[in-house]
Amino acid sequence: MSHIDKELKQIQEKLLEMWDLVEYQLISSREALLHHDLVLAERVVKLGKKVNRYDTKIDRQCENFFALFTPVAVDLRQILATIKINANLERIGDTAEGICRIVKKLNGPLSEPLAQESRLLEMYDITLVMLADARKVLTNYDADTAHAILKQDKVINKIYRKSDKTLVDFMHQNPANVATGLQLYTLIKKMERVGDQITNITEEIIFYHDAKMIKHRSDKKKKNRNKDDN
Amino acid sequence: MAKNNIKLEAKNLNAYYGDFKALKDITISMEEKAVTAFIGPSGCGKSTFLRTLNRMNDYIDGFRTEGDILLDGKDIYDKNIRVDELRKEVGMVFQKPNPFPKTIFENVVYGLKIQGIKNKAHLEEAAEKSLRQTALWEEVKDKMHKSALALSGGQQQRLCIARALAISPSVILMDEPTSALDPISTAKIEELIYELKNDYTIVIVTHNMQQAGRVSDNTAFFYMGELIEFGKTKTIFTSPSNDRTQNYITGRFG
Ligand SMILES: Nc1ncnc2c1ncn2[C@@H]1O[C@H](COP(=O)(O)OP(=O)(O)OP(=O)(O)O)[C@@H](O)[C@H]1O
Ligand SMILES: [Mg+2]
Repeated sequence: MSHIDKELKQIQEKLLEMWDLVEYQLISSREALLHHDLVLAERVVKLGKKVNRYDTKIDRQCENFFALFTPVAVDLRQILATIKINANLERIGDTAEGICRIVKKLNGPLSEPLAQESRLLEMYDITLVMLADARKVLTNYDADTAHAILKQDKVINKIYRKSDKTLVDFMHQNPANVATGLQLYTLIKKMERVGDQITNITEEIIFYHDAKMIKHRSDKKKKNRNKDDN
Repeated sequence: MAKNNIKLEAKNLNAYYGDFKALKDITISMEEKAVTAFIGPSGCGKSTFLRTLNRMNDYIDGFRTEGDILLDGKDIYDKNIRVDELRKEVGMVFQKPNPFPKTIFENVVYGLKIQGIKNKAHLEEAAEKSLRQTALWEEVKDKMHKSALALSGGQQQRLCIARALAISPSVILMDEPTSALDPISTAKIEELIYELKNDYTIVIVTHNMQQAGRVSDNTAFFYMGELIEFGKTKTIFTSPSNDRTQNYITGRFG
């Protein structure tokens, strides 16, 4: 293996280690929420520091790679993608931490029926599959799976758009639990962001492999479709 | 892909050294007032192609071409073309700076004198103009009548470019013009190329991928006498469409 390939492999390995940490944070935030597991919540928050160290380390490695190898073509795209994937992973980790901070403020576990009804658990399930699939696509590229991930984010967005009505209804019927309703809404918003971040990551992977920019495209189409939805 | 006019083009060009086919069916259009870079592994035919563009290969025994090379739409290998007229239109700068063992002034006005221009004021004016164009004037104005060989390598190369510019060509061919220069002199030549493309059509052969990226608008990748890929430099260096191009520019050849 050439020098440059070894260097790229090392950077990729670091990124995957960080990926595993962040995935653990996200899965754990779900557990902590459902079981009001304060020990686990605290662990997720603490792990955030480790994730930040990875974030800094990977950025540094990419900077050095630019300076020493002046990459072009596929190498250039891989490093550009790595920088952005790194940033998005770090944000997903932050979100998981944020959720755990909310858990610490709650008096007990989130009621399962409520979590079901508001579709928060469904959002968790979908994003966790998206995240796992994106990791697979990064190490073993497959355009179909990559594009399927992008489709899943549309499902997440739809759930998010409909959630306010569900929650308003809930708060009307349970005026004593308005606080819970608001917290739930915050959680749903956070999961919607996670969907976006995994989408960003997937777009970067597609750019790296297929040299296709799919970001910010068809904004017009999107607008029209939203109109149709309403 | 060209937004400017086409200045130079090759159509189904084959070139031979005796039985050896050095260029195979090359078709390419070079934009006017833009920089076109030729890249590719050693021996792929970059210099051969560059030299056919002003018929430098005519002197080589057994060299012949098939197909057309058009300058402003006219075939430069046509019987009615005068090679000295062609060379006035298409100047050349070589890998190693090759000033003549004469004064700086004599070097710059060499081409003009050959054309029969004798008026001293005219020659001095022309010399100053081309030395200013190559950003050499301030450095040499007080030693115009000293030997050009006393200049540094980077200054000599800029002098050779000034010499090429003095005869007012419209195309300048450069064969690895900075490969013998340090990074500062290289940066000056690159800066110069960037300035010159406002007025000239430039074709440059380079082994330095970053240089191709920095100075050229379009890049052609050659491999074993064939033109493998030609396109916007931006595209070639971010997302080349041919695997051989990608392997070459990322240094994973062979
Ligand atoms: N005068 C010559 N007589 C015979 N063969 C030649 C001559 N000049 C070049 N060749 C051959 O033609 C092929 C192309 O040579 P050319 O000099 O154009 O390559 P190049 O791409 O400029 O290489 P480099 O990057 O090393 O300068 C090579 O195989 C070379 O051996
Ligand atoms: Mg050569």
